[in-house]
Amino acid sequence: MLKDITLGQYYPSASALHALDPRTKLVGTLVFMVSLFIVNSFGYALCTAFLICMIIASRVPFLYMVKGLKAIFVLLVFTAALNLFLTAGEPIWQFGILKISKEGLNTAVSMAVRLVYLVLGASLMTLTTTPNKLTDGLESLLGPLTKIKVPVHEIAMMMSIALRFIPILTEETDRIMKAQMARGADFESGKLMQRIKALIPVLVPMFVAAFRRANDLALAMEARCYRGGAGRTHMKPLKYTQRDIAAYIVMFAYLGVIIFLRVVFGW
Amino acid sequence: MSIVRTEKLHYDYLKYREESEEPEITHALKGIDLEIEAGMFIAVAGNNGCGKSTLARHIDALLTPTEGSVWVCGMDTKDQGHIWDIRQRAGLVFQNPDNQIIASVVEEDAAFGPENLGVPSEEIWKRVDEALAMTGMTAYRSMSPNRLSGGQKQRLAISGVMAMKPECIVLDEPTAMLDPKGRREVISALGALNKEQGVTVILITHYMDEIVNADKVFVMEDGLVRMSGTPREIFARTDELKAIGLDIPQVTLLAHELALEGVEVKEPVLTIDELVEQLC
Amino acid sequence: MIRLESVTYTYDPKTVYKSDAVKNISLEIDKNEYAGIIGHTGSGKSTLVQLFNGLMKPSSGHVFYDEKDIWGEGYDRRALRSHVGLVFQYPEHQFFEATVFEDVCFGPKNLKLSEEEVKNRAVRSLKDTGVPESIFFKSPFEISGGLKRRVAIAGVLAMEPEVLILDEPAAGLDPKGKREILGLISDLHKKRGITVILVSHSMEDIAEYTDRLIVLNKGEKVFDGSTREVFLHYKELEKMSLAAPQVTYIMHALKEKGLDTDVSAITVEEAKRSVLEALRRCCRC
Repeated sequence: MLKDITLGQYYPSASALHALDPRTKLVGTLVFMVSLFIVNSFGYALCTAFLICMIIASRVPFLYMVKGLKAIFVLLVFTAALNLFLTAGEPIWQFGILKISKEGLNTAVSMAVRLVYLVLGASLMTLTTTPNKLTDGLESLLGPLTKIKVPVHEIAMMMSIALRFIPILTEETDRIMKAQMARGADFESGKLMQRIKALIPVLVPMFVAAFRRANDLALAMEARCYRGGAGRTHMKPLKYTQRDIAAYIVMFAYLGVIIFLRVVFGW
Repeated sequence: MSIVRTEKLHYDYLKYREESEEPEITHALKGIDLEIEAGMFIAVAGNNGCGKSTLARHIDALLTPTEGSVWVCGMDTKDQGHIWDIRQRAGLVFQNPDNQIIASVVEEDAAFGPENLGVPSEEIWKRVDEALAMTGMTAYRSMSPNRLSGGQKQRLAISGVMAMKPECIVLDEPTAMLDPKGRREVISALGALNKEQGVTVILITHYMDEIVNADKVFVMEDGLVRMSGTPREIFARTDELKAIGLDIPQVTLLAHELALEGVEVKEPVLTIDELVEQLC
Repeated sequence: MIRLESVTYTYDPKTVYKSDAVKNISLEIDKNEYAGIIGHTGSGKSTLVQLFNGLMKPSSGHVFYDEKDIWGEGYDRRALRSHVGLVFQYPEHQFFEATVFEDVCFGPKNLKLSEEEVKNRAVRSLKDTGVPESIFFKSPFEISGGLKRRVAIAGVLAMEPEVLILDEPAAGLDPKGKREILGLISDLHKKRGITVILVSHSMEDIAEYTDRLIVLNKGEKVFDGSTREVFLHYKELEKMSLAAPQVTYIMHALKEKGLDTDVSAITVEEAKRSVLEALRRCCRC
C-alpha cells in the first residue's frame, strides 16, 4: 500500500529538472499551482502543455507518475461528487433529491483537473529533488521568516531527521510485530476493536524505541557541536546557475501569458 | 603533556520519583583520578554499570562532575565558555551505529560536525575527503547510511568525528552491537588513526581481546578505577579479572591454567605465538 | 521435530531486488538437541529461524513440525509458535506492559489458557529464568540489562515451547551477563529437556555449549555436523569471514611446532588436558 504513493519518492535520473536548484523548483511548483487557479477555460490547454513539457524534461516515466494518482483517487471522486451534486444552478439532470446543474458539472470537472494537475506538479518536484535538497531549499526560501521568530532551521532539521529515520522505524516496527507474533499475538483476525487493541503491544515498544533513538541522537548531535542554525555553514551550499535563471524566465513568462489571457480574453 | 586529566571525579545520577520529593541517588563515579597522555591508545574496560560510559561523557563535556574536576587539553569542563572547544577537540562515538548518523547521505553526515563549527564549504569538502579516506569509507560516500553494514556505520561515525579535527577521540563501546567482521574493521581503523594521524584514542569496551594492543588499560568496577597498566600488567592479574567478571582471551587463560598445573609458563601470555614459543 | 525439505526463500520476487535469502536447505532438528547456527551477517540465519516457526513462508519447499506440513491446509500456525519459541535479538525491546509479571503473561494469555494457568506459567518461567520475586511487579523498563533479557526469555518460555530458538541472546550484554544468560539456557536444556537452537557470532560460546553446528554461507548450508568436526574446517570457515575458537588455532599452532596435541579440542578445558598429556608424553621419551 504505502509503496504505491509516488508523492515524495525521489526518482534518480540526470535530467535538466533534476539539475535545477531546489529553490527554483519550489518557486516553479508554486507558480504552476497559482496558474491553475487563475485560468478559467482555454487557459487549461496552456497549463496542460506546460505540465507535459515539464514531465518530458524530468525524464521520469509517465506511468510511474500516474501511479502516484492512485493514492488520491478516493479524494478525487469525493470532491468531484460534492461539486457535481451540491452546486446550485440550472438543472440538467434530476433524480429524486439528486440534481446535477450545468454549473456543477463545470466546477466538478475543473476541480478534478486542478487536483490531478496539483498532485502531478507537486510530485514532479519531489520526484526530481532529493529530500535533503528539498529541506535545504525550504530552509533557504523561508529564511526571512526567522525574523518574525519562526524556527525555520529547526523545522528543516526535523524534516531531514524524520526522513532519515522513517525507514529505520519501519523496519523496527516489522521486527516488533514479528516478535509479538512469536509470543502468540494475532494481528489478522477479530473485529475492528480487537484489532486495534492487538496493536498496543506494537505501539508501546515502538514509542519507547523512538524516544530512545531521539535521546541518543540528541546526545550525538550535541557531541558534534550542534547548537542550532546560527553560525552553521554548509558542505553543499545552494547556488543558482544560469540554468536556474533560464528556468525563472520561462516560468514567469508562462505566468505572464496566463494572466494576460485571463485578463484580456477571459480564458 | 596530558590531554585528559581527572581529579577526584564524582558523579551522581539523580532520579526524581513522582511520589517523593527526595531524589533517588546513584553514585556512578566515586572518585576517579587518571591522566591520559596525548598520542596514546587507551582502553577502558569494565562491565555494564561500572561507570565507564559516564566517564566518557565527562571527557566530552556532555556531563559535568558532581564533585572534582575534569580537564581536557587543559580546559576545565565546568567552564561553560570552553564547552564547544572541548567538544571539538575530544570527539565522541556512541554504541548504537544507527542513532548517531544524522544525514541521509554518507558524505553529508561526515560534514555535519564541521558545518556546526562554521567551517567554510571548500574546507569542509577537504576535511570530509580526508576523514572518509582515513576510515576507508570513500567508496561509500554518496550512499544512504541505511545501506551500510554495522561496521561501516561505525566507521562513518568515526569519520564524522575526525572531520572536526579532534585531538582525542573517545569511543563508548563502539563494537558492542557489531558482528565479528564489523568489530575487526572498527578496531583496525582505530589502530591506524592512532598510528598515522597521532590522534589519542580512548576505547571503552568490555571485549577484552580489543585491549591487547592498547598502550595503557584502565579497568573499572563500581565507579572506581580498580587496575591500570599495560595490557601485559593487567592480564598478569588473571584471578582479579575473573573476580570482576571480565573475559580473558583463551590463550591467556590456557597459559594460566597450565601454569596452575605446574607447567613452566611465564605469565601472562597474550598471543598464540608467545604460547607456542614457550611450550615447544 | 523440525524438518526442512529443500526450502528456498526469495526476497522481493519478480522485482530487480530479487535475492535468495535461503537456498535449497534441507535439515532436521531432533528432540533434545542443542544446535548452533553460525554465518556472517546476511547469510540467511534470521530468515532460517523465522522459517522454523512459520513467521516466514518458504517460496518453495516444505517445513514440517512433528511430521506435519506447517503450511498445509488448516494447520494452526499460531499454536506452532507456542511449540517453537523464538527469542529475537534484543528481546527486551518488545516490552509493553506496566509490570514484569504482566508482560510475561502476554504469551500464555494469547494461548487462551485459564487465568490461573496463565499466572502459574508466568511464575514458573520467571523462576526458571532466575528472576527474583522482588521485581515481579516492577516496571520492565526500569530493571538492569541482564534482568531485562531474562524477563524477555521468560516471556517466550511461558508458552512452554518444546523448541527454543535464540537469536544472539547475549548481544549487547557484558561478559558477566553473557555467561549468566548462556548458563541459564544450558540449564533449561539440561533440566527441562528443551530443544535449543542458538544463533551466535561468538565461536567460543558455540564451542562451549552446542553439540551440533550448522554453518550458513550466502543462504546455503555449507556444514552440518558435530561442533567439534565442523571447527576442524577452520580454514574454510575463514573464507566465509567466520572463524574457529581461539583454542583451535592454538592447538593447530602447537601441533605444527611438534607438540602432539589434539586439534579437535575446542574449549580451554579440553585444550589444557590435551596439552598436559602431550607434554607428559614428550617428557617420557
